[in-house]
Amino acid sequence: MLSLWRKILRTGRVAEPPPPLPEGDRPEGAAVLGGSVQIRHVDAGSCNGCEIEIGSAFGPVHDGERYGARLVASPRHADALLVTGVVTRNMAEPLRRTFDAVPAPKLVVAVGDCARNCGVFAGAYGVAGAVRDVVPVDVEIPGCPPRPEAIVEGLRKLTGR
Amino acid sequence: MNLSATGMAAAVAVGLVTALLAVIRARTAVIGAGTALTGAAAVFAGAAALAGGSFSLVLPGVLPLSGVALTLDPLGGLFVAVTGGVAVATGIYAVSYADTPDLRARGVQVALPVFVVAMVLVPAAANVATLLVCWELMALASLVLVVAEHRRGPQVASAGRWYAVMTHLGFMSVLIGLMVFVAHAPDDSFTALREAGRHLSPAVAGVVFVAALAGFGSKAGIVPLHAWLPRAHPEAPSHVSALMSAAMVNLGVYGLVRVGVDLLGGGAAWWWLLVLALGALSAVYGILQAAMSSDLKRLLGQSTTENMGLVLIGVGAAGLFASFGDHTLAALALTAALLHVVGHAAFKTLLFLAAGSVLHATGSRDLDALGGLRPVMPVTTAAFGLGALAASALPPGTAFVSEWLLLQALIHGLPAGGVTAAIAMPVAVAAVALTAGLAVATFVKAFGVGFLARPRSDAASNAHESPFTMLAGMGVAAVVCVVLALWPAGILPAVQAAAGGVAVSGDVTLRLDQATGALSPLLLTLGLVAAVIVVAGVVRAVVARRVRREARLWDCGGGPMSARMEYTATSFAEPLQRVFDDVVQPELDVDVSHHQESRYLVQAVEYRRKMPDRIERRLYRPVLSVITAWGEAGRVLAPGSVHRYLGYGFYAVCGVLILLAVTR
Amino acid sequence: MSALGVVGGVVQPVLIVAGSPLLVGLMRQVRARLEGRAGAGAGQPWRDLRKLLRKERIAPRGTSEVFRFAPLVLVATTLVVAVVVPFIATESALDPVADLFAVVALLALGAVALALAGLDTGTAFGGMGASREMTILALVEPTLLVAIFALSVRVGSTNLGAIVSSTLHDPARVISPASLLAAVALIVVIVAETGRIPVDNPSTHLELTMVHEAMVLEYAGPDLALVELASAMRLSVFLGLLANLFAPWGIATEATPLAVLIGVLALVVKVGVLGGLLAAAEVFVAKLRLFRVPELLAGSFLLALLAVAASFFLV
Ligand code: SF4
Repeated sequence: MLSLWRKILRTGRVAEPPPPLPEGDRPEGAAVLGGSVQIRHVDAGSCNGCEIEIGSAFGPVHDGERYGARLVASPRHADALLVTGVVTRNMAEPLRRTFDAVPAPKLVVAVGDCARNCGVFAGAYGVAGAVRDVVPVDVEIPGCPPRPEAIVEGLRKLTGR
Repeated sequence: MNLSATGMAAAVAVGLVTALLAVIRARTAVIGAGTALTGAAAVFAGAAALAGGSFSLVLPGVLPLSGVALTLDPLGGLFVAVTGGVAVATGIYAVSYADTPDLRARGVQVALPVFVVAMVLVPAAANVATLLVCWELMALASLVLVVAEHRRGPQVASAGRWYAVMTHLGFMSVLIGLMVFVAHAPDDSFTALREAGRHLSPAVAGVVFVAALAGFGSKAGIVPLHAWLPRAHPEAPSHVSALMSAAMVNLGVYGLVRVGVDLLGGGAAWWWLLVLALGALSAVYGILQAAMSSDLKRLLGQSTTENMGLVLIGVGAAGLFASFGDHTLAALALTAALLHVVGHAAFKTLLFLAAGSVLHATGSRDLDALGGLRPVMPVTTAAFGLGALAASALPPGTAFVSEWLLLQALIHGLPAGGVTAAIAMPVAVAAVALTAGLAVATFVKAFGVGFLARPRSDAASNAHESPFTMLAGMGVAAVVCVVLALWPAGILPAVQAAAGGVAVSGDVTLRLDQATGALSPLLLTLGLVAAVIVVAGVVRAVVARRVRREARLWDCGGGPMSARMEYTATSFAEPLQRVFDDVVQPELDVDVSHHQESRYLVQAVEYRRKMPDRIERRLYRPVLSVITAWGEAGRVLAPGSVHRYLGYGFYAVCGVLILLAVTR
Repeated sequence: MSALGVVGGVVQPVLIVAGSPLLVGLMRQVRARLEGRAGAGAGQPWRDLRKLLRKERIAPRGTSEVFRFAPLVLVATTLVVAVVVPFIATESALDPVADLFAVVALLALGAVALALAGLDTGTAFGGMGASREMTILALVEPTLLVAIFALSVRVGSTNLGAIVSSTLHDPARVISPASLLAAVALIVVIVAETGRIPVDNPSTHLELTMVHEAMVLEYAGPDLALVELASAMRLSVFLGLLANLFAPWGIATEATPLAVLIGVLALVVKVGVLGGLLAAAEVFVAKLRLFRVPELLAGSFLLALLAVAASFFLV
């Protein structure tokens, strides 16, 4: 326990100073959330590369939480869905249902090239389409996988902080 | 003839007339109404006695020995009134509940009013002969009622056997104790016994008390003499279960208080420590069994053991304090115990009647097969919810007030009684607390799993609300529950008159006379209601969208969810069962069957869990096996050969003759 | 009902409602800093609540009134406790309710309402959360009541006002063995009752480890706001109780504006410090397995029993 305490003291703060607020218009519906966005992550068929980057976006260095975003355990608690990967046939209906379970106003963020335009999986037999083809998308974050900075930037468009 | 005598006479007369009517022509409506009227007259008699109008009556020639003697003092009056109250609710309820082929049988119809009359007479008995006769009448009438639905299966007959044997063993114990007592008194009237009780040697008094405790305790379902209770209560028809669980078991407490406190006049501290210990054991063990149970009525029966345990904690504490010479505190503890008796009678009636309504509508008392009754049986659901709240010692519930008083008595008892109290009181508080906590879990399970969520079987989804008289019976009990919960001060004078001392006063707020301590259930409830209204109003004012959107349950996007995915009563109790593994020792049975082609592929896994009563297994099995062995030995002696029997006679006569020849 | 009681009864609920989300924010901030993060700021829980109140209400199919009323009852029980317990003034607005047993039972009532709501949804997770919550509640009760016993036996009353004033008049009592043992037992109980690490993890996403969160998975929008507000309020109420049972200094004994102001400040500081300490301690421990929790609670029960014994034998 003492060693942990020493480690805490030695490490100090690792969060990087916040970059300036991203340019560009915020999706409509984000303003009413007032700087608090709870996020439910849905893996619609990703290769898990995007998940690792999301994990690091909420890690100490990039600290997505400082901008008012927080991952939650149920779509009922959520304001936004963070969808990764191409939408596979098996996940198309669950994704629709998850979207339906979120109380309005609700937003969808498509993370990664797969989610935007099927990326490397385009044309594969089990693919039902990009996220846009299944539920309305408000913010897209490009990259394969997107860098954590890009994910944080996308989330800040929602929180406005 | 004063009011209480009139009431008693009316109760007995109406009851017997009803029984006679049943002999002539059994009609459920008449019998039910007659039973309810009997109960109403008993309530009247009891209330009059509590208000100070006691009477006594001696009919010398009616019974052998010293005849029938009746008297009604405040202590007896309280129990008469409680019994009457339960009879009113169950009588009304029985009008339509007992309208089934099994329960329409003449013998069963006759037994109901007789049972009530016997129960009303027990607390009014003023000598040993009357007490024992009424006690036995009560046992026989209830036995008939317990086995009324024997066509349903062999378990009913088995329950009846257990009940018959145990109730008679208890009777014998009471009989032995009282006979020893009477041998030291001029006659068997309570007045004479009271006088004799003061000069009894401690050893004799101890014997009398322990025998009475065993006998009366078995009637009250106290561990370890509780084995009949979780068998008989669920198998009896529900209105009979209510009568037994809410009225009959109380008489065990009555007998104990009458003999221990009144006739023997207190006694040694160890008596009451024993009572306290048995009470604590029963409370915790009873509720633990109930928490594991998934049979609705069995659960309620086990909760009766728990509540009688709590009452005995109060009685034991009262006796202990009295033996230390602190009579105010003793009055407080006894008041708490008696208030709990009254409260328990109200909510247990309500709960059993509601359970009966569920049984009536679904044919099942298995919690794992119920659920989803809220939309189809709204009144029954509300009634059971109210009863569950009352039973779980949460404000604004009925048991909360009496358990609060009990805890106050225990806490203030610490300085009163030296090291004995310093050890007994914290343990008793812990037992009460654990009981309260487990009771909450138990009743959340019973209500949440049994009535809320979605139906787990076709029977539950096709349920229907019960007929009006059944709802009315529940309504009576529910109203009493609410009144007791909100305005306990209303019956406090009566309870204190029965307890023979004043320790609490107040109308809206109950105040302890001896210590600083006050509780107002009414203000608490009003505060709660006001807070709910304020919060609801504020939320309404600030929310942006008022309309609720109906949505499918969150099933993780898969689905649809089936009722088999719901938590059942068994799964609800699983964590508790694991925690108390060493105490309850469940029997687990896992069967894995493999595919024939390959041992690595599992075909089916079967999991069975049984929760046998551990005390029963440890205590009763050896006794039963000894008795069985004895019977087997008897069979060897009696092979059916006439020659042998003649031989036995011959040898016996010879033996007697030789004995006579030697001794003379 | 005295003037002081009325002032307390008005100021306390306002203070607790307004302050408890800030307490949660503060605790998250402490944790974030110790983890090397920047944190969202102490005001974030209020932002969350404001947003939740603006969202849509949802009625999951098949749920009954129990589901809809549970959040109201949960907040209402905590609100009544916030009114009656002597947090900033020694006198209570509703003295006959300010009994330790009554307060404990009221808080348990809130937990029961939520457990019933969890069962009412008919989902596996709702039932699981309810079952676990009730198990913990049943096991916590003996410790809680015996600890109360230890505290009240010297005062000769379970009335909160009486306990607090008696400690004020006799400060040496706080460092008696009985009181210290009871304090440790109560801290464990509070950790269990408010669903903090190591008993429950309030920010878990893994359904199988959830206790409190599993019951509320179906709530959305304003209902969820009530549930979150209530759990924050319960946390502050428990910490406030702990603070005032063992260190009531600063509490107002007369109804002057200055005394009340000092009372408010003292409560804020005490609860803030306790919350900070709790959050810091949480960084150092991992969540216990559910079936290890009873061992923890049994340990605290033993401490509570020792406290009673100490209060009797070591006077
Ligand atoms: S975008 Fe790239 S990293 Fe993300 S899921 Fe698709 S392939 Fe994997």
